[in-house]
Amino acid sequence: MSGLQLSHDKLIEVYRSMRTIRRFEERVMDEMATGDIPGNTHLYAGQEASAVGVCLHLKEDDYISSTHRGHGHSIAKGVDIDSMMAELFGRATGTCGGKGGSMHIADLRKGMLGANGIVAAGAPITCGAALSAKLLGTNQVAIAFAGDGAMNEGVMSESFNLAKIWMLPIVFVIEDNGFGEATANEHVSAGSFTRRAESYDIPSIEVDGTDVFQVYSATGEAVERARNGGGPTMLHIHVPRYYGHYSGDPDNYRTPEEKAAMRQDRDCLSIFRKHVKEVSLLDTAELDAVDEAVEAEINRAVAAARAAPFPPLSALTTDVYVKYL
Amino acid sequence: MAKKSFRQALNDALHAEMARDPRVIMMGEDLTGGAGANGVKDAWGGPFGVTRGLLGAFGPERVRDTPISEAAFIGAAAGAALTGLRPIAEIMFVDFAGVCLDQIMNQAAKFRYMFGGRAKTPLVIRATYGAGSRSGSQHTQALHSLFTHIPGLKVVIPSNPYDAKGLLLQAIRDDDPVIFLEHKMLYDTVGEVPDASYTIPFGEARVVRDGKDVAIIAIGRMVGVAEEAARSLASEGISACVLDPRTTSPLDEDTLLEVTEKIGRVVIVDEANPRCSVATDISALLADQCFDALKAPIKLVTAPHSPVPYAPNLEDAYIPTPAAVMKAVKSIVKR
Repeated sequence: MSGLQLSHDKLIEVYRSMRTIRRFEERVMDEMATGDIPGNTHLYAGQEASAVGVCLHLKEDDYISSTHRGHGHSIAKGVDIDSMMAELFGRATGTCGGKGGSMHIADLRKGMLGANGIVAAGAPITCGAALSAKLLGTNQVAIAFAGDGAMNEGVMSESFNLAKIWMLPIVFVIEDNGFGEATANEHVSAGSFTRRAESYDIPSIEVDGTDVFQVYSATGEAVERARNGGGPTMLHIHVPRYYGHYSGDPDNYRTPEEKAAMRQDRDCLSIFRKHVKEVSLLDTAELDAVDEAVEAEINRAVAAARAAPFPPLSALTTDVYVKYL
Repeated sequence: MAKKSFRQALNDALHAEMARDPRVIMMGEDLTGGAGANGVKDAWGGPFGVTRGLLGAFGPERVRDTPISEAAFIGAAAGAALTGLRPIAEIMFVDFAGVCLDQIMNQAAKFRYMFGGRAKTPLVIRATYGAGSRSGSQHTQALHSLFTHIPGLKVVIPSNPYDAKGLLLQAIRDDDPVIFLEHKMLYDTVGEVPDASYTIPFGEARVVRDGKDVAIIAIGRMVGVAEEAARSLASEGISACVLDPRTTSPLDEDTLLEVTEKIGRVVIVDEANPRCSVATDISALLADQCFDALKAPIKLVTAPHSPVPYAPNLEDAYIPTPAAVMKAVKSIVKR
C-alpha cells in the first residue's frame, strides 16, 4: 500500500469522500430508526475504499452504474449529498424529485446512470453507455459496479461477452462483500470470478478493498486500458459489509465475533488514517478537521431534507413519458 | 405513389432515418446475417429481409449483428439511448422478450420516471409477432397487451405498409421507448407507400371503413380480417365500420368512444390471448364511458386462452377468422 503517488489535496479528497460515505450511511441508519425515511435501504458502509478508489480516476462525464447498494458510488462520483439525502426522505428537492428513492438515485449530469433495484441489470446498460462513448468518439469510460451476487445472474456473463467482442471502454467492478443478501457467497458461487472473466479474455485482478490505494492502482490500469481502446477489465474487490443486507436486517447470520473482527481489522478509514500518518502524508489534525467538516455537511443535509416539501401530488403521473398524447 | 411491401416500407424508413440522423444505430441477431463468415455478406438481410442493404449503406459500426444474447443487447440499447444514441434494437421474435423483459420493463420503461424526469430513452425495439407460420408456441405469440400494461412504453402495431413506414419513422424520432410490433404474415402484403418520409402520430386511430350498423375495432393483422368480414357483411346488407387503433399505448380513446356513441354496437378483434388483454381493456373502457349508448353487449373475437398450437388445423382454429367476426357481428345486429 502506498499513498505516495497522490498529492496532498488528492489525499484529503480521498479521505473526505470515504468519510462522507461512512457518515452518510451511519446517519441514514440512525434516521431510519426515527421512521422518517420511508421503506428500507441498503447501506454501503465498510465498502468506501472501493467506490472512492475507483471513481478517483474518473472525469465528470465518465459513466458509472450502480446497484441497490448505491449511495457510496453516487457520492464518490460527485452526486450532491443534500439532494441524495432529500431523495431518501422522499422530498421534492431529491436527486430524482423524490420519485426514485434509495434504489434509483441517478444523476446524468454527473455520469451516474442509476442505482438499480435489479441485481446485475446495470451491467448491460453500462455496456450501452460505453458503446455510446465509443461510437460518438467522446473518450469517456464506463464503470459497471456490481456485487458478488450479480455474478450469478446470466446477464452479467452476457455483458462480459458483449463488452469483449465489441471492445467497449468499460470496467466491471465486482464488489464482493461476502454475502448475496443473507447467503454467503461461497455457498452459491462456483469457481472463481477472475477465472470467469478470464474465460472471455477479459483481464482481471483481485483487490483488497480495504486499501484505497490498492483499488486506485488497479483501477488506473483498467481505466487506461479502456480509454486507450484496450477493451474491458474486471476487478474483483473484496470488501466488508458493515450492516446487514438492508437497514432492517437483524444480520444474525453473522456472529457478533465476526462482525466485531471485521470492524476492527477491515475498516478502510482506520487503515487509511494509520497509513498516511505513518508515512507522514497527513497528520491527525488535518484528518480530524475533515471529520468535523463532513459531520457539519451531513447535519446540514439531514436538516435540509427534513425541511423540504414532499413532491406535489401532480408529480404522480408526470415524467412517465417525454410526450404521450 | 409506388406499390411496396410491408417489408420494403419498413426498410425504406430504416434507410431514411439512418441517413438523416447519425445517432441512429441498429442492433440485433442476424440483422445482416453472415457476419464473421467467409461467404455472402448481408446474407439474410435480417431474419425476414427487413434490414437488407443497411449494412452496405451504413457499415458494421452502426448496423451491429449481436450475439444471441437479448438481455445484454436490449440492455445495451437502453443504456445507449440514455447516453446520446437513438438505437433501434430488434428482438427476432417477440416471444424472446421472455429473456430480456427486465431490461424493457424495469429499466428502459422506468428510467425517466425513476430519475425524476431528468432522462430520456429514445429506444425502438422492433419485434415480429403473430401466429400463422406453423412455428409452434414460442415463435408466434401476440404480446402487445403485455407491453401496453407497462407505463413508460409506447406500443405500435401497424396493419398495412403505409402505416408501417409512417409509424416506424415516428417511433425512431420519438424520445420515449417504443415497442414496434411487426406481424410476420404481413411482410409480403402490398400497398401504396410514398417514397418520401412522413410520420404518423401515435394515438390516432384510423377509420379503415365507414359503417353504421356495427363498429369493428381490430388490432394489427386482424384489421385485414375485419375488413374482409366487413366486405362480406356488406353483401348481406350489414354496414360495418372498421377501426384500427394503430397504437395500443397511447390509445386513441376519443375516436373509439366517439364511434361507439354513434353506432352503439361494437366487436373487438384481437389475435392476442383474451385475458387481461387490449381487447378486454378497450371493452372495459367502452362499457364504462358509453354504457347508455350501447345497444348490445360488446363482443370479443380473440384467440383462445391457450398457447399457439403447431398442427395446421389447430393453428388455423386459433387465429380469429372473418367468419368468426361475422358471427359475432350477427349476434348483436338484429336483422
